[in-house]
This record gives sequence, structure tokens and C-alpha cells, in this order.
Amino acid sequence: MRGVRHTYPFTRPPELDTDERTHVPVIIVGAGPIGMAMGLDLDLQGIPNIILDDDNKVSIGSRAICWAKRALEVVDRLGCGERMLDKGVTWNLGKVFFGDEKEPVYGFNMLEEDDQQFPGFINLQQYYAEEYLIDEIGKRDLTGIRWENEVTAVDQSSDGVTVSVSTPEGEYKIDCDYVVAADGAHSPLRGMLGHDFGGETFQDHFLIADIKMKAEFPAERWFWFDPPFNRGQSALLHKQPDDVWRLDFQLGWDIDREEERKAENVSKRIRAMLGEDFEFDFEWVSIYTFQCRRMDRFVHDRIIFTGDAAHLVSPFGARGANSGLQDVDNLGWKLALILKDKAPASLLESYNDERVTAAKENILNSTRATDFITPKSEASRIFRDATLELADEHEFARRFVNSGRLSVPTVLDKSGLNTEDSDSFDSKLVPGSPATDAPIKANGQDSWFLKAIGTDFTGVYFAKEGANAPAGADELEQDDIPVKTLVVSDMDVAGNGLLLDRKGLLKQRLDGQPGTYYLFRPDQHVVARWRYFDLQSVRNAVARATMQTG
Amino acid sequence: MSEKLHSEPRINDPDDFYASLITLHAGLSPEQSQKLNSKLVLLMANQIGDRAVLDEILDTVRNRD
Repeated sequence: MRGVRHTYPFTRPPELDTDERTHVPVIIVGAGPIGMAMGLDLDLQGIPNIILDDDNKVSIGSRAICWAKRALEVVDRLGCGERMLDKGVTWNLGKVFFGDEKEPVYGFNMLEEDDQQFPGFINLQQYYAEEYLIDEIGKRDLTGIRWENEVTAVDQSSDGVTVSVSTPEGEYKIDCDYVVAADGAHSPLRGMLGHDFGGETFQDHFLIADIKMKAEFPAERWFWFDPPFNRGQSALLHKQPDDVWRLDFQLGWDIDREEERKAENVSKRIRAMLGEDFEFDFEWVSIYTFQCRRMDRFVHDRIIFTGDAAHLVSPFGARGANSGLQDVDNLGWKLALILKDKAPASLLESYNDERVTAAKENILNSTRATDFITPKSEASRIFRDATLELADEHEFARRFVNSGRLSVPTVLDKSGLNTEDSDSFDSKLVPGSPATDAPIKANGQDSWFLKAIGTDFTGVYFAKEGANAPAGADELEQDDIPVKTLVVSDMDVAGNGLLLDRKGLLKQRLDGQPGTYYLFRPDQHVVARWRYFDLQSVRNAVARATMQTG
Repeated sequence: MSEKLHSEPRINDPDDFYASLITLHAGLSPEQSQKLNSKLVLLMANQIGDRAVLDEILDTVRNRD
């Protein structure tokens, strides 16, 4: 079985050797994918931060493996997207099998539109993602990780937070303006502060066996209900890099965990599923029960909860790490504006509102999938089996089949930061939607739309004539909260801020008739759009999106 | 398959409808569940009304089981 990949050295913190108290704008608790992404995003925003982790290694075992398109787009903005894409196994298709039938009853494609940089999903072991984030952090000046620095207390006042830290060589205190809690499902910080974490635990066990083998199965998500090799239960097969395969067996509630975990018993299950005549090695074995929980509020004055610390879902749907990265995306720019005195602290309420809404959506989807996979009543089980029987012939029934509604980004269409449309648009995007990607060319290089926007407010103008920006747009770049305007045209001219719509898809996807102006938030969500450019309208929209009162 | 029976999805937000359907059965005994389902069938059948369609639905489930 796989052991620890690397350990990261403890470095004696300077605070142990001085009486002077260090102050840093943000302390992030937890160097998992979410905490590290937070550190990188704040670094991009020019906000110094320190990531504290009580351990000295990346995740043991593959753990999170499915990285959704939106999460990849977020980490790409942070500098790690292409590395994850290159190493990961790309997949867009899922198939659902039922009973003894060899053909799937149902299939789905996670990528509705081609011509985007990132696929619907990649599979990549969590430790790879973490290592890439650690490497990227190593290149940055404003963020860093302190391994084996365990937070033992947080003391919040009206003007800051004092964090008490325990290390192998002693204890110290450090001051900050904000604490971001990214310390995972069992969040010690949440416990220290005594915050609620309401929800439900599902009465079922699942066995994850990641094995290394040579196999020719396609890079697709295969899910079985009631297969011959796991009667009355479900199973899942999924490909990871390095010839590692994720097998997931539903076990039921009344099991002997120790028995089930034994290598010979796990092997028996694997042989029943995949056959007797092949070699494999164990990579990681784990037995899980699942929970859906969330905190009532994610923002507690100067302490902000993210990722699994704030909300927990069952793995069916891959909505854990993927939603945590959207938390980071949402929080980074808001925290930066507040710390630069460009927005009021109340802007954090919008993080709370938007991400609680997202967590509710994720928990609802995750709970429904879990209820379908693990029916809670006899009636529910009979309905499920009837649905699966009908699904073979009747398309409507396939829509009821739920082996996990896989992570798609939350549309923040109810957000108070949006400016409502006053014009009509024939586009799937609405104010609050994350931007959709499209192929572009900028400065003579083929690239992607999402690489051109984000981290600051960005205006996207569809040129009326040639590739000219609207008069007055350049003034926005001098504003307190600047807006850079990009000009989209069908002209292949090099120049700062000029985008060639390589396949005409940006125009199509955004309904970018000539003169149209989209305003994107720093997290690449549409926040306002018009059929014309008007300087004051854009300024009003930025003010609304940043909760400016004046 | 005849042209009358709809196989294509016609219900908005199928997950939400399915969840409502399952919730109806929460806490019911098997017999109560069966009675509830029977009422559902009868109400839905009456709503459909068209005897040809109803016969086709009867055929569909008869063939399956």
C-alpha cells in the first residue's frame, strides 16, 4: 500500500525568537487544496498571507479525484490548471449500468459545448493537485506554508484576530486582520469556536479501493446499480493517472468494517468485478460513511470558513473540493478589496450569501443522489428499481436516474451584487453566471477567453467597427477599483486588450452583438451587461458589485 | 411503439419531482405505500383520460414484467 509521498520540513518560525508580534493581513488555516488555492489567490491580489498546517505532508491516498471544469478554470487563474490538465485523465462521459445488462441504460456528457480549454472533468489524485499548488506557492512572494504549525486558539476582537500556534519547537502568537478556515471536514477551528455543523449522516458504508492495474477500460465514469458482482448494492469504476483505478463498492449499513477492510476480502470483491486473470496492486483502501452538513453561516466576523470546513457533501457528484475552489474564487477578490480599504467589510456578507446558496444547492443534489443510490425506504427502493427498468426504453426515466449529479458551477443569479439586465440577451449566461470559455487570439497567440479575464474587474466590449474600444472606457482603468476593457472583434490585430474571436464562438455564446458590453467580476462571473457602453452605468455596476455606499 | 405514449422527458426539474414523490412515502407502512401508489395511478389515469393511451401504458408495463 502506498506510503507518504514526501514530507515537508518544519522551519523554525521567527516568532519563536522575538517578543515582537508579527502581523499579517490573512492567516489561512489548513494547507489542503482549498487553503493553498486561497493563499495563491490572495497573493495574486497583492495580499500577504501565511498558511498554517498541523501536518507535514500532502494527502495520503488519492481522496478527491474528480476535478470539474470550473474548478480547473479557477486553479488555472492561480497558475496550476495546465499542469493538472496535462497529468490528469480527461473524461466527459458517464455511463450507468443496471443489473445483469451489459449495455448501459443511460449515458451523459459533462461537456455541453466543445471549444473550451478545460474538459468537463479530469481525474487526478488529490496529492498531485496539492503538490502542484505547493510548487506554485514556492514561486510566490506573498504566500507561504508553515508545516507542523498547529492552531490551538483564535482570539477575535473588533480590529483583528490573534492566532495561537503550537510547533515542535515551541508556541507563538501571531496577529492578522482575517482568518480563513480551510481546515477540512473535521475543522478544529469550527470546533474551537463552537459553531454548528448541521445535517445528516447516511446509513451506508462504501469501500474505496484504488488499485494499480493495466486495463483497457475507457476514461469514462461507470456506475452500476445492483450488478451481479455486488448484488443489491452499487459500484463505480473510474480511471486515474499512472494506471490507478478508483473502485467504489457500496457495502450497506450492517457490515463488519474490519473484515471488509482486509486485503483478501477486498481482493475477492475486485476479482468478482474485474475477473480472476489480472494482476493489481493496492494503492489505497478506505471505508467511508457519508454526510451532508453545512454551517449556518460561513462568515463569523473576521473568521471565514471555506471548503469542507464550511460544508460537507457525499462524494457522488464530486461537489466537495470543486465547490471549495469556488469558495476561494468568490472570497479572494472580496477580501482583497476590503483589506485595501476599497470596499466595506460588509462585502463579506455577499460571500456568505452566495456560497451558502451554493452549498445548499450542492447538498440538495448530493442528498438526492445519495437517496437514489441508498434508498431510505422500501417504497423508495422499489421506485428506484422501477425507474432503472423503465430507463432502458424511456428517455424520461433516464432523467430520474441519479448516480450523482456531477459538479457544475453555481449560478449566482440571485446575488445582490448583480445589476439586472435592462436589455435582452439570447445567451445561456445571465448576471451571476460564471463566464463561458471560447477560443481567442491575443497578441498573435492562440489562447482562451478565460485566460484574458479575471483577478480584476474586466469589461468585454464587442466592437462595432474595426477593433476600437468605446470612447471613455480607458477612464475606467484609472478608477479606485479599475476596470480593464477588452475589445472583441473579428480582426486579427495585435494590441493590448484586443481579442480576436477565433471561431466566432464568443460572440455566439455571449450573444455579443456589436456594441455589447459585459462586465465580469474578478472571479469571472457576469455581474452586468448592456447593449451599449455607458461609463456611468459601468461605474454604478462596479459600485453595486462592491457594496459601495457613497 | 405507438406515437401516443410519451417517452421523452416532459417534467421540469425531474430530480425535484422525484424527491417529492419519494417524500410522499416517508413513514408509511408497505401497505400504506401501496395504497398511496394506487391512488396516484388512478388519479393520473383519470387525468390522462384517453383510453388508447392508457391501454398503451398498461401494455408497456405488462411487457416489462
